[in-house]
Amino acid sequence: MSDPMAHRIAAATPPALAHRIRGLSDRAIAWVFVAPTIFLLLAVNIFPLIWTIRLSLTDFRTNRPNNPVKFVGIENYRKILTDADTWLSLQATAHFLIWTIVLQVVIGFALAYLINKKFRGNDLWTTLIVLPMMLSPAVVGNFWTFLYQPQIGLFNYVIAFFTGADPSSFSMIGEVGLAPWAIVIVDTWMWTPFVMLICLAGLRSIPPSIYEAAECDRASKWRQFWTITIPMVLPFLMLAVLFRGIENFKMFDLVVQLTGGGPGATTQLVSIDLKREAFEKWRTGYASAYAVILFVTVFGLASIYVKALNKVKDR
Amino acid sequence: MNREDWTMKAKLLKTSAALAVVAALGSVSAAQAEDLTLCWAAWDPANALIELSKEYEAQSGNTMHFEFVPWTSFADRMLNELNSGGKLCDLMIGDSQWIGGAAENGQYIKLNDFFDANGISMDAFIPATVVGYSEWPKNTPNYWSLPAFGDVVGWTYRKDWFAEPQNQADFKAKYGRDLAVPKTFAELKDIAEFFQGREEDGKKVYGAYIYTERGSEGITMGAMDVLYSFGFKYDNPDKPYDMEGFVNSDKAVAGLEFYKSLYDCCSPPGMSNAYMGEGVDAFKSGQVAMQMNFAFTWPGFNTDPNVGGDKTGYFPNPAGPDGEQFAQLGGQGISVVAASEKQDAALTYIKWFAQPDVQAKWWKLGGYSALKAVVEDPGFATSQPYAQTFLDSMAIVKDFWAEPSYATLMQSSQKWFHDYVVAGNGTAKEALDGLAADWHATFEEEGKY
Repeated sequence: MSDPMAHRIAAATPPALAHRIRGLSDRAIAWVFVAPTIFLLLAVNIFPLIWTIRLSLTDFRTNRPNNPVKFVGIENYRKILTDADTWLSLQATAHFLIWTIVLQVVIGFALAYLINKKFRGNDLWTTLIVLPMMLSPAVVGNFWTFLYQPQIGLFNYVIAFFTGADPSSFSMIGEVGLAPWAIVIVDTWMWTPFVMLICLAGLRSIPPSIYEAAECDRASKWRQFWTITIPMVLPFLMLAVLFRGIENFKMFDLVVQLTGGGPGATTQLVSIDLKREAFEKWRTGYASAYAVILFVTVFGLASIYVKALNKVKDR
Repeated sequence: MNREDWTMKAKLLKTSAALAVVAALGSVSAAQAEDLTLCWAAWDPANALIELSKEYEAQSGNTMHFEFVPWTSFADRMLNELNSGGKLCDLMIGDSQWIGGAAENGQYIKLNDFFDANGISMDAFIPATVVGYSEWPKNTPNYWSLPAFGDVVGWTYRKDWFAEPQNQADFKAKYGRDLAVPKTFAELKDIAEFFQGREEDGKKVYGAYIYTERGSEGITMGAMDVLYSFGFKYDNPDKPYDMEGFVNSDKAVAGLEFYKSLYDCCSPPGMSNAYMGEGVDAFKSGQVAMQMNFAFTWPGFNTDPNVGGDKTGYFPNPAGPDGEQFAQLGGQGISVVAASEKQDAALTYIKWFAQPDVQAKWWKLGGYSALKAVVEDPGFATSQPYAQTFLDSMAIVKDFWAEPSYATLMQSSQKWFHDYVVAGNGTAKEALDGLAADWHATFEEEGKY
């Protein structure tokens, strides 16, 4: 140790501790540092997961602590996968997931492309655009119920202004045909700025020299967009899709505030269905099986997607 | 030491001794003073209870804390608390349908011995509230709560609009009878249709507000309120849990069809997920001619600057096609939570609350007392404009299942009713067949067959 600072640290270290540390191998020291994190992960993630899987094989109900718990094997899984309501919830979730992602990616990228240009008031517009994602989903859900209100809602009046229809003739959150779109619109309004920010990061990471080289080669703007911009932003876009996909698969608060899962079960997403099974009907074993199925679905899809993302990045 | 000195000394000793006793008693009572937490829904009566409880605090030395949760998340929050054995609440004013689960799962303490020891008789309360809020199993003398707040679904109407000569004339011309408080649901629908889209006080108004809320219990409370009078029955009176032909009888189907027709024809636009609060807003803002809502909302209308006083009238649920007349029971009992470590102190609150003078004050503050001594007082019916309607309504109540599996049963009815009434999927018959099948499956899981 020739560094004077290292000498001072060594001198300040109590001999017993120094001896103990000197006695440990590098691997052991690494374990000492990593162990608390591993313990935390085991306690917070792995143990609950194993416990959930265990519960999913029983008929346990949290509100009947005195009842004997019966092992039911895969009965809960069979019931869930053969229940028509589960598939309706999955359909509603798929509709919500696909359309929010498509709209958020298209609009988010377009906004990022515009914001990336230098113009007066650029910073102000960026701030204004990202405001919705800073709000609480519960607040957003609540005030959109007012915007959608047929008698006083601004949304209905705007639609009426452009179509000539009577504002109170339709209810965005009360009609089977409109409610699934109502929740898509609100989520898109709220989370498009998030996608925009990720796209903006992607756009700003493209070195200007590439565009300059393309200009020298007389490449048109359109060709530059398709051969430079899109391929270089694609990994960022895919990351945004991954984040929004996972988030929206477990969407709950916003939709509960807006529609409560209704009308009927039209907007009852899987997370709402799961919550009702777990904390309203108190079918803990059944709900655990439901949670495991959803976890495997998200985990499986996300794993496939991440592999695709890595391939795109490596290209 | 002379005699006077002795007397003085004796007086001093006595005074000191007395002071010591007072100080000792004071320290004892200070040591026994408890902080009690009462859990209930966040609504107007809860504020009245805070006011009422000040008297208890002054008398007992205990300090009351309150945990109030909005109605739409009340069951979620409080059942979670009970199921997890939480110690937040010492006293719970829980919904009537929780009583079965709370009793069977040991979440409330049984109050029979306490009632006997303190001379509290259930005969002193309105029978429907004792059965609805306190007994489990139903109709047996096993008490888990003291009736705390009597409530029932009834109707408010715009008395001033009904009395308007032009409305009277137009209604008579169209329907051949006077525009008056409806006696039957058919009459109610006529009136709702009459007012739908009509202009009153310079703006467009709507016929009737009814419950449609999806998430907790709203549409079930509303639909059941109508279905009972049409002939709906939960099960075979001679064979418990036998529901085929009762839940989905032709009469019940007609009742559900009626509820949907009322929603389609005469409710304000956008009321597809609306419960008590939305009803209050719709009525106070002058949007509707009639409003279905629990009686607890009535004192608020009576004093409202827009619709208060003579502008608002009250009537109980009208009769169905066969003359049957029932109403959905609301209200709650007050119970001591078994997980509480302050059960003795909590019981002193119930003992205090059961006193007739406290119950009389409870009514004056806006709480609906269920004590016979209060409601059978000769002056009660005229004490408020809505008092007679409350009495009439409490005489015709029916309640939803209060089984331990009530939450599952409720979720099934919420789904089927909302799917048919609001979403318009399928037929009333299909909805009630589906409901009967779901309830059957739930009871099968419970081992009732």
